[in-house]
Amino acid sequence: MSKEWIGKQSNKVKNRVDRLLVKRFAESIGDLHPFYVDEEFGENARYGRNIAPPTFPRTLDYGVIEGVELPKKGLIHGEETYIYNRPLLVDEVVYCYAKIEDYYEKVGKSGGKMGFVIIKRFGEDEKGDLIFTEIQNVIITEAVRKEMKV
Amino acid sequence: MSIITEFKIGDTLEVTLDPVSRLDLIKYAGASGDFNPIHTIDAEAKNAGLPGIIAHGMWTMGNLSKLFTPYYGEGFIKEFKVRFASMVFLNDMITLRAELEEERDGELLFNVSAVNQKDQVVVKGTVQFTRYE
Repeated sequence: MSKEWIGKQSNKVKNRVDRLLVKRFAESIGDLHPFYVDEEFGENARYGRNIAPPTFPRTLDYGVIEGVELPKKGLIHGEETYIYNRPLLVDEVVYCYAKIEDYYEKVGKSGGKMGFVIIKRFGEDEKGDLIFTEIQNVIITEAVRKEMKV
Repeated sequence: MSIITEFKIGDTLEVTLDPVSRLDLIKYAGASGDFNPIHTIDAEAKNAGLPGIIAHGMWTMGNLSKLFTPYYGEGFIKEFKVRFASMVFLNDMITLRAELEEERDGELLFNVSAVNQKDQVVVKGTVQFTRYE
């Protein structure tokens, strides 16, 4: 990980909010609410269809940021934010991409450096209007940084 | 059912989950696509220096959001921000809480948290719930 990664982003990937995946996801968080899974209920609700849970964008494909490879182990998920302009709708097409927003280092308790990565992920509709933004703060521990030899 | 837009400052939503099971985390791994083995396989968690498997932070965050699901007829979650303060282990009893902190121009600001059976905060954050016009 290095500062050169700041600002790099992936190409947009076309996703579709899959009804079955929304149901599985809702079930996995113990939230099988008709807003998410009952088609008739959705038709009579505000958007005329079902919506997806706020943390569902976790499941979408944001593409690959060329030249950026985070370690697979030893990452700590520190903070997570979702910002919505409106709920994500079941069956809708959403174009997703990710960007390295920031990277900085701090000296940890044992004197080694810890890395902090801020990744932003975006979901846009077919017109290019933003539906949601995700901000993820990830910590790369001292031990993992040493293995990466950065 | 109560109406969220009639909530008063200090009103709360609260639910205690069943003890965290391995199957909960296997289901979340499958549904989310996060197959980091420290969440499902004991040996991998031990290799990573953990006493046992831990829940995905996003599993707890996802659970927390369900306090608001019954109210999606009145508005939607505009912003949901959390910090993962502590780890969640198998058999932990997690209580989810939301408390209305402030109301301003149709925006309801809640403090939210997930707390374990030892009263340790495992997730802490805020939810901004926007009322439809």
